[in-house]
Amino acid sequence: MNTRRVAIVGGNRIPFARSNGPYAHASDQDMLTATLDGLVERFGLEGVRLDEVVAGAVLKHSRDRDLTREAVLGSKLAPDTPAYDIQRACGTGLETVIAVANKIALGQIDVGIAGGVDTASDAPIAVNEDLRQVLLDLNRAKSLPSRARTLTRLRPGQVVPEVPQNSEPRTGLSMGEHTALMAKEWGVTRAEQDELAAQSHQRMAAAYERGFFGDLITPYLGLERDQNLRPDSSVEKLAKLKPVFGGADGTMTAGNSTPLSDGASSVLLASEEWAKERGLPILAYFADAQTAAVDHVHKGEGLLMAPAYALPKLLDRAGIGFGDVDLFEIHEAFAAQVAATLRAWRDPVFARERLSQDAPLGEIPSEKLNVNGGSLAAGHPFAATGGRIVASLAKALDERGSGRGVISICAAGGQGVVAILEK
Amino acid sequence: MADLYSQLMRMPVTSTVGKKIGLPQPVELARGSSEVGGRVLLGGAGRVAEAAARVLKAMGADSATALDDPVRESAARAGLDAAVFNPEAPADQKFRALVFDATGIVDSAGLVELQRFFYPTVGRLQRSGRVVVLGDGRRALEGFTRSLGKEVGPRGVTVNLVHVDEGAEDQLAPTLRFLLTPRSAYVSGQVIQVGSGSERPVAGRTALVTGGSRGIGAAIADVLEREGATVVRLDLKDADVELDITAPEAPEVLAERFADGLDILVHNAGVTKDRTLAKMPEDRWQSLMEVNLLAPERLTDALLPVLRDDGRIVCVSSMAAIAGNAGQTNYATSKAGLIDLVTGLSLERGITANAVAPGFIETAMTAAMPVGVREVGRRLNSLRQGGLPVDVAETVAWLAGSGVDRNVVRVCGQSLLGA
Repeated sequence: MNTRRVAIVGGNRIPFARSNGPYAHASDQDMLTATLDGLVERFGLEGVRLDEVVAGAVLKHSRDRDLTREAVLGSKLAPDTPAYDIQRACGTGLETVIAVANKIALGQIDVGIAGGVDTASDAPIAVNEDLRQVLLDLNRAKSLPSRARTLTRLRPGQVVPEVPQNSEPRTGLSMGEHTALMAKEWGVTRAEQDELAAQSHQRMAAAYERGFFGDLITPYLGLERDQNLRPDSSVEKLAKLKPVFGGADGTMTAGNSTPLSDGASSVLLASEEWAKERGLPILAYFADAQTAAVDHVHKGEGLLMAPAYALPKLLDRAGIGFGDVDLFEIHEAFAAQVAATLRAWRDPVFARERLSQDAPLGEIPSEKLNVNGGSLAAGHPFAATGGRIVASLAKALDERGSGRGVISICAAGGQGVVAILEK
Repeated sequence: MADLYSQLMRMPVTSTVGKKIGLPQPVELARGSSEVGGRVLLGGAGRVAEAAARVLKAMGADSATALDDPVRESAARAGLDAAVFNPEAPADQKFRALVFDATGIVDSAGLVELQRFFYPTVGRLQRSGRVVVLGDGRRALEGFTRSLGKEVGPRGVTVNLVHVDEGAEDQLAPTLRFLLTPRSAYVSGQVIQVGSGSERPVAGRTALVTGGSRGIGAAIADVLEREGATVVRLDLKDADVELDITAPEAPEVLAERFADGLDILVHNAGVTKDRTLAKMPEDRWQSLMEVNLLAPERLTDALLPVLRDDGRIVCVSSMAAIAGNAGQTNYATSKAGLIDLVTGLSLERGITANAVAPGFIETAMTAAMPVGVREVGRRLNSLRQGGLPVDVAETVAWLAGSGVDRNVVRVCGQSLLGA
């Protein structure tokens, strides 16, 4: 089958904010629209009809069933630009890139935007489940007496709303608690987590300093940089924080875990011809992607270990190893997740028992890992993380002039999405 | 079946008082199971680690190794799904057994690897835990295991050293299995040599146990039967074959009885006729010697021709034979003579000969001892208690099934007496 190369032309995002901060009153649609408009402005797409816009959010209001299409209609793109939503927890952002890239590769479309948005501030609070049942029954009731009977089921406790939970439906454990189990299983220390976190802040601060994010970010609601970024973060300061997951002797703190965040991101993808016709740059090419899932419910596998399975599959298909990769972008949901994943990839037992491979993938040198910082520094508005990473990695590859980068993103439900970019 | 002192030390008030005044606190040893009963930590990188990992895999043992330890390569090759242990990370990891391959230690400077492996892990051993060091004949390891055994013994933990001959790595399985499970409850501080002899499971084999109707002999017969052997119990009465082994016709009778073949011969029958040497007339000396040593020698000569390929001879010697005991010159001479019998035999066709040397075992014989002597005898070992007949029997069953040859293994809880 003939496929076309998929060019990553560029990206745009708004700075990520801590929840209940500057974006407390911005909705998913507001943020996604602003992000699309920033991209439109950057690449002169005002009034242009694109072939497709794909985006998604993890926390969605019921009114947002066609979030992306509504955002397109509110943006400066031509209103006849088609759009749709997809969703795969924290893998949503990267999954939208895959969706657009695949259609371009197949020749079904020439250009599209992939994106993601999330707010932990403007959360979709719903009515109490008991109350909802009563209201639905009330609606179904035909006669006055049966309506009256239904109303007698109202109880004071039903005013308590249904709030989205940050826990796994089938285990009842929060993502942090699941990660604490992984940290224990892999013997991850507090010190190495704090080191990863400090490094993330320092590297992202340095990237801002040299203007790396200048053409990747558009200020929004008075915020010019990621609010969570602390350039003066250090191992010493992080070491003072109390553990928040894993009990009293836990190793995970607010400093080495990502905070709840608000934000949005977008990536412009096109065929080479489309980009060249418009004189637009090609930062890098989207090469391939892979997903995997683990059984954290029955087999007790680490909830966020799926990328450890997905990446070897992807590299195998590409016929390459770690030595052929120049840059690694591993989403830092928690420093412990990154540390556990790095361990798995260099562990001969994991290679043999879980991957059925003779040798482990190997070590990832620190100077190739998250070179411009990661989610620990930027924050992690769930569905917006994929777009942030794709745009940043494409630009980093463009700066190098050539090379290959991989992206690894873990997601709720025991899933993982990974991808390869090339220049 | 704990002795009175052990029972007292497990009761609330007496145990508190006992602890306060520093009396030994014997723990109840785990026995019987053929499973480790907890997580095994494997460490050290030598030529035996992979074989050890294969044994753990075959046992289905819950295993772990340190991360980034070369031993993980061995574990991976053996197909052992080992968990990760990092002493630096806070984790409530406890271990039932620690197995360390010391064959990677090539010079004295490398002995520090013992400290490095055990320092962060010995405190994580559970009660009735196991330590097995795999060596290549280096004597330094013996000093280590014997001392560690004395440190951890009061918690019911045993420590043993297994020297594995070059090329005999694949013969480790029956010995490591035995040492890791509760079956070796009372075997500690021992040095075992594993050579090229192959395992030959006891199941389906025919065994003769002398003195098999009571005490340790009955326990040996029971355990061999449990393992699937057809056991012929020989004794003066209440036995399958009622015969005095010192009778002149005994060798011929037995050779005829087993004309079709015998697989396992256990010389267990024995008597004591204690008296200090100055009060030991010749008949007292010699009548004991007849039962304990001369009859076994004659029976061995008579039965060796009918012993099948991969046959097994196991003699029940005694700690007294090794450490010596006042009033037992005759007994100790005879029991040490059994060790000569084992080591002096010229064997072929895969036949092996080994001896077990019980220490203080709770039997009718020891129950008849004066209270003071008995109490001291019980406590003077690393495990702070006497052994049970079944402990000797399990050891005999291991020797009867494994391929180890010319070993003398004490079942004494690492008695303070004797080397």
